[in-house]
Amino acid sequence: MEILVCIKRVPDTSENEINVNRDGTDIERDDLVYSVNEWDNYAVEEAIQIRDRVCGSVTVVTVGDEETEEVVRREMAMGADKGVLLSDEVFKNSDGRGIAGIIKAEVKKGKYDLILTGAQADDGAGQVGGMLAAMLDWPYASLATLIEVTDDKKIKVGREIEGGNLEMLEIDLPCVLSIQTGINEPRYVGIRGIRKTASAEIPVHGAGDLGLSPESVGKSGSKIKQLDYFVPDAGEGAEILEGSVDEIAEKLVELLKARGGIK
Amino acid sequence: MVRQVFAYIVHKEGVADDTALEMVAAAKRIDSDASITAIVAGTGADLNVVCNEIASSYQEVWKIDSEALSYPNAEAIRTLLVRILPKEGLIIAPHDTFGMDLAPGLSIKLDAAYLPDAVDIEGVDENRLKAVRQEYSGQVSTHVVCDISGGAVITARPGSFKADESKGAGGQVVDKTAEALEGGFPETGRRFIEVAEAEVGDVDITKSDILVSVGRGIEDEDNLEIVYDLARAMGGDVACSRPVVDARWLEKSRQVGTSGKTVKPKVYMALGISGSFQHQGGIKGSPFMVAINKNPKAPIFQAADVGVVADILDFVPELTDKINGSR
Ligand SMILES: Cc1cc2nc3c(=O)[nH]c(=O)nc-3n(C[C@@H](O)[C@H](O)[C@H](O)COP(=O)(O)OP(=O)(O)OC[C@H]3O[C@@H](n4cnc5c(N)ncnc54)[C@H](O)[C@@H]3O)c2cc1C
Ligand SMILES: Cc1cc2nc3c(=O)[nH]c(=O)nc-3n(C[C@H](O)[C@H](O)[C@H](O)COP(=O)(O)OP(=O)(O)OC[C@H]3O[C@@H](n4cnc5c(N)ncnc54)[C@H](O)[C@@H]3O)c2cc1C
Repeated sequence: MEILVCIKRVPDTSENEINVNRDGTDIERDDLVYSVNEWDNYAVEEAIQIRDRVCGSVTVVTVGDEETEEVVRREMAMGADKGVLLSDEVFKNSDGRGIAGIIKAEVKKGKYDLILTGAQADDGAGQVGGMLAAMLDWPYASLATLIEVTDDKKIKVGREIEGGNLEMLEIDLPCVLSIQTGINEPRYVGIRGIRKTASAEIPVHGAGDLGLSPESVGKSGSKIKQLDYFVPDAGEGAEILEGSVDEIAEKLVELLKARGGIK
Repeated sequence: MVRQVFAYIVHKEGVADDTALEMVAAAKRIDSDASITAIVAGTGADLNVVCNEIASSYQEVWKIDSEALSYPNAEAIRTLLVRILPKEGLIIAPHDTFGMDLAPGLSIKLDAAYLPDAVDIEGVDENRLKAVRQEYSGQVSTHVVCDISGGAVITARPGSFKADESKGAGGQVVDKTAEALEGGFPETGRRFIEVAEAEVGDVDITKSDILVSVGRGIEDEDNLEIVYDLARAMGGDVACSRPVVDARWLEKSRQVGTSGKTVKPKVYMALGISGSFQHQGGIKGSPFMVAINKNPKAPIFQAADVGVVADILDFVPELTDKINGSR
């Protein structure tokens, strides 16, 4: 099985407090710690496990700049066989559709049976996988938490729906799936493992290599644009308890007692 | 020009989802004079009940009735929608597990813009739709403009638009089945087998009055001890957010949220939980909510009644001691 996994480099929200920059045009990007989108680690782990069961190879692909290469190496350290970086000045400011179109062009250069994306990334959009499938005219299922390879023509997929129930599906290959967290336990990779991939060759493909016209991607190809970033008015919000730890705990115990929170 | 806005209605067992009325509100935010049409796919008596139920809220209800739609397969429904939607139309769906399945691909097939997970809509100026989205787990918001000259697919975040209860639309149900099925029911490479129900766990958190709920902020499985201690002191049960289940630290039956349990306690303690809409979607009945989080900007403080900005690893044991010492 030839598997392609799409990965995105994102600011790590568990490591950073995200703030809006001074003129509201972007978030404050200095000193941000970046990592692989949480969902994508699950996708790469799943691809590796499938490959180990049925043979084949795992390729990771990302659209980004030179700095994005580090996340490709990280996922290769997890066990992906190959990595590709799709990078070009004209790709900048692409919207989700632009990103999907760029990846589609790369897919057309290879021969894949299965493409995995994360269910969503830092924008909470969850768009690239479904768009890519529609562009390729391949079947799609979002939010997969179970994949069983039946044979080389089809797979069984469980989609996690409301209430944590699983919608069981049979899907023809090739197809695109978006992966939901919890499908597996992604393996840990340390600095040492990542260093081992330092010499691995990671080809970089630009618009020319992919046969993409500059107007179809980047800002000119985007139907949706961010105007500004802001922090919404706090509104009512919680009453924040102030004081020493002791005082706060004391107050909280009283409040809880009054509300029946202590039996 | 009267703008045409469509809403795709999610329904189950003859009952329209709460988002059905929220999308009316969202459509009116696009254009208060818009003609708003609901699209409902399904089959039999259940379908008719849903159509009649929402006709009071939509000017028109388009019904697609087919045996093959007894379970909604987004892949097939996408094709049906492409067959019946006018060019340059605007269609809203809920940003839930169905909408996430349907919408991105629909925007490609319609060659329309895709606006995912809108939390507010500020209106349309010419062909520019202005909306609000959230990024980075709700830590910041952004205004986006969407070029809708070629139509748009919009998913609305469940719970973000206040349900429009006006019910004065007096809409009529229009059977679109023939038009939608012209050329036959769509062949898809994806076949529905069954729904496997989530496992039942040892405690039923949907019955608890007091929930001590823990999130990724607990950092390590071993630290769960302090959460159990607090729950014991309060006489409540331990619940959690999704990452705690993903890490296999607690069983799935303790997960609160849209893809977990819906709970309705009297008191809800959110410890190291950021407050994503999927998590909050599982908390009903407006409990007295206490949030303890080290990030003062965590969205959970918007939903909570009382907040403590603190490291839970330090504060929770203090609180437990105080409670135990107070009896
Ligand atoms: C400087 C800058 C400017 C931008 N300008 C715009 C703009 O004008 N308009 C706009 O709409 N958006 C803009 N964006 C955001 C946009 O480029 C997003 O990256 C794009 O919408 C896809 O990300 P997502 O989070 O929506 O992906 P989602 O669809 O939420 O992610 C789901 C999955 O898709 C895959 N995926 C997502 N992104 C990539 C990628 N880059 N490479 C490989 N796989 C990927 C991953 O598997 C991921 O898990 C901008 C971003 C930056 C950094
Ligand atoms: C389709 C779908 C369905 C989903 N369903 C659910 C669901 O049912 N339930 C659910 O919960 N999620 C669900 N999610 C995931 C959801 O989007 C969030 O990712 C998740 O809720 C985040 O959990 P969290 O708040 O524990 O973690 P995070 O968002 O990482 O937040 C951790 C918080 O802990 C704080 N913190 C860290 N360390 C400490 C400390 N030492 N002391 C105090 N505070 C600390 C941080 O400031 C942060 O606010 C779903 C997602 C999708 C896409």
